[in-house]
Amino acid sequence: MADFGNLSLALALSFCAYALFALFFGAKSGRRELVKSGERSVYLVFGFVTLSVIALETLLMKSDFSIEYVAGYSNRDLPFFYKLASLWGGQKGSLLFWSWILTGYAALVAFRNRQYAGKLIPYTLGVLTLTSAFFLIVNKFGANPFERLVIDHGDGIKHAFTPQDGKGLNPLLQHPAMVIHPPMLYLGYIGFVVPFAFCMGALLTRELGASWIRMARRWTLTAWLFLGTGILLGGRWAYVELGWGGYWAWDPVENASLMPWLTGTAFLHSVIVQERKNMLKVWNVVLILATYMLAIFGTFLTRSGIVSSVHAFAQSTIGDYFVVFLIAMGGFATYLVLTRLEFLKSDNQLDSYASREASFLFNNLVLLAACFAVLWGTLFPVISELIQDEKVSVGAPFFNKINVPIGLFLLFLTGVGPLLAWRKTSYESMRRIFLWPTLAGVVCGIACLAGGIRSLAALMSFSISAFVLTTLVTEFGRATRLRMRNTRENVARALFEITATNKRRYGGYIVHLGFLILLVGFTGQAFTTEGWGETQVGDKFTIGKYDFECLNIEDISDPNYSGMRATLTVSKNGKVIDTLAPEKRFYPASEQATSEVRMHHTLREDVYVVFSNTNEKTGAAIMQVWINPLVQWVWVGGFVMAFGTLLTLVPNRKDRELARRKRSIEQLLKDTEAAAVVR
Amino acid sequence: MKRQFRFGIGITVILAAIIYFAIAGFQEGKAYYRTIDEVHALDPGADERLRVAGIVKPGSIVREGPTVAFTLAQDTTHTLAVHYAGSQPVPDTFKDGAEAIVEGYRKPDGSFEADHIQAKCASKYEAQYSKEAQHPSNVPMYGGSTDSTAASGY
Repeated sequence: MADFGNLSLALALSFCAYALFALFFGAKSGRRELVKSGERSVYLVFGFVTLSVIALETLLMKSDFSIEYVAGYSNRDLPFFYKLASLWGGQKGSLLFWSWILTGYAALVAFRNRQYAGKLIPYTLGVLTLTSAFFLIVNKFGANPFERLVIDHGDGIKHAFTPQDGKGLNPLLQHPAMVIHPPMLYLGYIGFVVPFAFCMGALLTRELGASWIRMARRWTLTAWLFLGTGILLGGRWAYVELGWGGYWAWDPVENASLMPWLTGTAFLHSVIVQERKNMLKVWNVVLILATYMLAIFGTFLTRSGIVSSVHAFAQSTIGDYFVVFLIAMGGFATYLVLTRLEFLKSDNQLDSYASREASFLFNNLVLLAACFAVLWGTLFPVISELIQDEKVSVGAPFFNKINVPIGLFLLFLTGVGPLLAWRKTSYESMRRIFLWPTLAGVVCGIACLAGGIRSLAALMSFSISAFVLTTLVTEFGRATRLRMRNTRENVARALFEITATNKRRYGGYIVHLGFLILLVGFTGQAFTTEGWGETQVGDKFTIGKYDFECLNIEDISDPNYSGMRATLTVSKNGKVIDTLAPEKRFYPASEQATSEVRMHHTLREDVYVVFSNTNEKTGAAIMQVWINPLVQWVWVGGFVMAFGTLLTLVPNRKDRELARRKRSIEQLLKDTEAAAVVR
Repeated sequence: MKRQFRFGIGITVILAAIIYFAIAGFQEGKAYYRTIDEVHALDPGADERLRVAGIVKPGSIVREGPTVAFTLAQDTTHTLAVHYAGSQPVPDTFKDGAEAIVEGYRKPDGSFEADHIQAKCASKYEAQYSKEAQHPSNVPMYGGSTDSTAASGY
């Protein structure tokens, strides 16, 4: 089975090489047949990588511990679902998974554009295949998951060796969110390769208008959706599984996933300016290039171990492959941009601060600043060592100090930008649009101040949220009223219809609403209360407004782990509201302890209880408790953002109708031609 | 020209504000990587935030509620007495022989007050591989990948 997997990898790589030749040479020399065979090889590459993935999954299912990867990331007692997930539980398997998704995307691009006759798609597929080839080379030669386990008995000869049982998947990864978080993140990271490939295709063919952007739009949105969902799922996993009371720690691995999301967000916004005003062409090319590089760099960062992280990945040699590839791709793309500057000239100029272009400009500016700050902060230990010969880390205060004001400014822009006119907004219409939202913001700010909130960031966050919420409501309200007047539909029907006829606009508003809810959730962090209690059975302790009583402390066991469980009642104002049973577990296969957090959720706040440890002398359990306000809003905001994005992905009814008519006309033409030939 | 200048002002103001926040945040959060012998050689009056790595000396862990006191060892001669009382619980990977990174300040008596702690579990495979990754033949137990404790799937 391992040989089969290896063979498939080798075949995939050979077809990659052929596809590269056929696509680039075929498109350049205009040989349609060659391009077609190149496209077919793109499907074949995906097919062979799929076979490799099946081979590795089969080895995992059969618990074939003669394979190093299987022995390292699986064990006999591991549940089926987690055996499946072991594919992306370690470095080598996850890189194979990377290739699989990437070649899958390439095949999908080929399939969706199979009728396309121009040069853009062959070049786009060529760039996708080039990136696939790189990852397949890493799979085959740098980090091959099919390698057999060998051992040296001291005689200098490597003997094959099959252990009795595997080391098992890291227990922290044995969580449902962890099964879907990496694939989501991967789909996102890798998804950005597609718009990048479109961009490179446009540069190579010099077709640098808005057509590549229109063709790449859905791909970009899809990648953005997956990446964002993946990041939030990661946060959720950290929150419910790691037991330190939070969901984001500015860890290098988290930062690595945030950076392409930030540049991707900037790209999604600035392409609108290119579509509408033919401006910012160079800028968009640079943005998607940066996003692509950051996505590959993110994989490199999480896989090479150059920055230490709680995601305890270790040193490995595949870092060299990535450095070479990044430099080569970056150099190639830069060369293309520089030689095609004349095709990238802007047709328009910025006129006024009170214009939609300007709000896009500032949106891009701060998103890029945030990305740069995160990159700088993440790499600071490496940079400072190179420059000053002294290793210095920057810590969470650095990231928070920069990103809190940037987040607030972005939130403000989501309220202002969509309502401003292109080119210039007159003073009168500004007053008309923003009078009520501004009042709402001020009133909310005063109310919060009166309610005892003293944190400046929190005050600003709530008051800007009120401002933006009012703009969104008035936008929906205005369009709905107009439609009701014209069509005599009821409110719900009219609201549905306006959204359905312009999904791009109203879907975008819903994404903004989600972002608003997300930031309200983040703001809750300013009001976290924490404490601890040392408790025997029957003891009581109080943290914040909550009283806890320990009902029971017991030993627990399971084939996979053993440990302790404490059962506590939680009461507020003398009334019992919940019973929580946090656990401390020990997993023998991987020699690791984990804390099973238990929570009481409300929209207002979470009560988060961790079984910290036991007092060795008295046997008392030590409970750590967090009262985390508004955390649920983070997940709700994420849902709303995802929903809004999905909505913008669905084609408008009008466009679908147009496409249908176009197809039927084409069919009619074909039929007439055929009839003419017969005659 | 005038238009571009006007936007230049806006951009400059925003960037200046961000740089200001960056510097303020950096001053607040920066921590110098030091080895334990360097910590002891520091000027007693120095008040900088430090980040120190070492191995948790087996048998030295004393817990009191959620706080913990232990000895962090660089080698047999260089050790550091650490007291941790941060807001986050001591990680589950923190135990005898684990690789730990602490962040905090050195006290005048030469001990270390940490408010942040990270621990990497030095299980049977990890410990060997972290030092001997270049020499797989030195590994006495059965092998395995170098990132056996990858806590994340990527």
